[in-house]
Amino acid sequence: MLLLGDMMEKKKYEEIVNKHKPTETRGQNAFIAFVTGGLVGVIGQVLTELYVGWFDISTKDASTFMLVTLIFLASLFTALGFFDKWVTFCKCGLIIPITGFAHSMTSAGIEYKKEGPIFGLGSNIFKLAGSVILYGVVSAWFFGLLRLIIMGG
Amino acid sequence: MTFQYRNVFVDNTSTVAGPYEAKGPLSKYFDKTFDNLYHGEKSWEMAEAKTLEESIELVLKKAKKQKEDIDVIISGDLMNQITSSCYSSEKFNFPFLGIYSACATSVEGIILGSTFIDSGKVKNVIASTSSHNMSSEKQFRNPTEYGAPKPKTATFTATGGASILLTNENTGIKVESSTIGRILDYQQTDPLHMGSVMAPAAADTIYRHLQDMNRTPDYYDLILTGDLGLYGKEILIDFMKTEYGIDISSNYNDCGVMLYDLETQKEVLAGGSGPVCSALVNYSLIMEMLRKKKIKKVLLVATGALFSPTMVYQHENILSIAHAVSLEVIK
Repeated sequence: MLLLGDMMEKKKYEEIVNKHKPTETRGQNAFIAFVTGGLVGVIGQVLTELYVGWFDISTKDASTFMLVTLIFLASLFTALGFFDKWVTFCKCGLIIPITGFAHSMTSAGIEYKKEGPIFGLGSNIFKLAGSVILYGVVSAWFFGLLRLIIMGG
Repeated sequence: MTFQYRNVFVDNTSTVAGPYEAKGPLSKYFDKTFDNLYHGEKSWEMAEAKTLEESIELVLKKAKKQKEDIDVIISGDLMNQITSSCYSSEKFNFPFLGIYSACATSVEGIILGSTFIDSGKVKNVIASTSSHNMSSEKQFRNPTEYGAPKPKTATFTATGGASILLTNENTGIKVESSTIGRILDYQQTDPLHMGSVMAPAAADTIYRHLQDMNRTPDYYDLILTGDLGLYGKEILIDFMKTEYGIDISSNYNDCGVMLYDLETQKEVLAGGSGPVCSALVNYSLIMEMLRKKKIKKVLLVATGALFSPTMVYQHENILSIAHAVSLEVIK
């Protein structure tokens, strides 16, 4: 009975908490992420087209160049100290594209530089990006297997 | 557990505040502020230790006391193994006691110091605490340059160091009584809504303090919680009313809400937090008000969330605690 009373009390508390919970501006957040994420896509496309034109290379090679460019810019802006403010504003608009991956590594690198090259930088640079790599590899393997089974390779 | 003290007084207090706090409404009450979060040090951790060290120096200077006059320093902070407290106290050679109850540390220090003095065994005790926005972000959340988006309920760890010097000589501001908090679990799991985690602990401690001392909330000119933030403050008022039938809304405020201008300083979201948050408000503005006798009786309730990143990742509930101390102007 005591336990039941305890549960009731905590359920009642949860109601009070929910009553005073502010509503997040989800629609606005999604819109900003959609527009800014889309802009990153547009920049990527423009860069690819330009590289094809300038260097007379295939679209596949040009898109690799484009990715390297975006990674470089995101890392540079993180190092210059203002990319975190952009991320706070754009949210998933900058986190989901390759810029987010680069930013997560650079920010961790800057943060743990003081603990030295092994116990700081080396052990922590993949603190956030490690999950992306692990599950990226695992899902690539899994979908590759599916493709082999269903489509025969 | 509520104690009354016979001869414990506040000699002096000191506050050293960081750049975000210096932009807030209490700026003119701080003893010292600084612009760069590194504060001339190489790391966030050492920057935090330096602010705490400066606050200890300041409180000695303000009280015109020598290092030798201090019998013991009681200090705590948020860093792993309370390193800010250790590294800042080292050069003073005081007998040292390290404590931890997260953001309730400042009042825990006052309670312990006051009990020491009241026992007659010591005369002067410094209780100090610190926190640093960046060192906390690094330890509890993401790398500081990551800038991960947070919900509106999240609070912003205050940067600074603050110290209070307690003495057995009558200074006009008396440490009147204190209540030691209990650890509570209201099954809260969101580290980005600390107000909801800590409000029940604040309510429990306020209620037991009033019961033990046979008082009503209007006995105090002001009741102050540590760092519940905008929404935690609302929750506490509501919860006090529904659970205990006590209305505290007329003379209650929260230090986390007072430390910043929530309208213009949007980056702090629901308000300030961290052990130094309540100390920065209490040891600057509130002490000034007590000294000028604008208020005469104040109940400081510092609130702490007891958890670690590991426990959060293991989906354990976040526990909470609140310690209360009552200060009174006498004479």
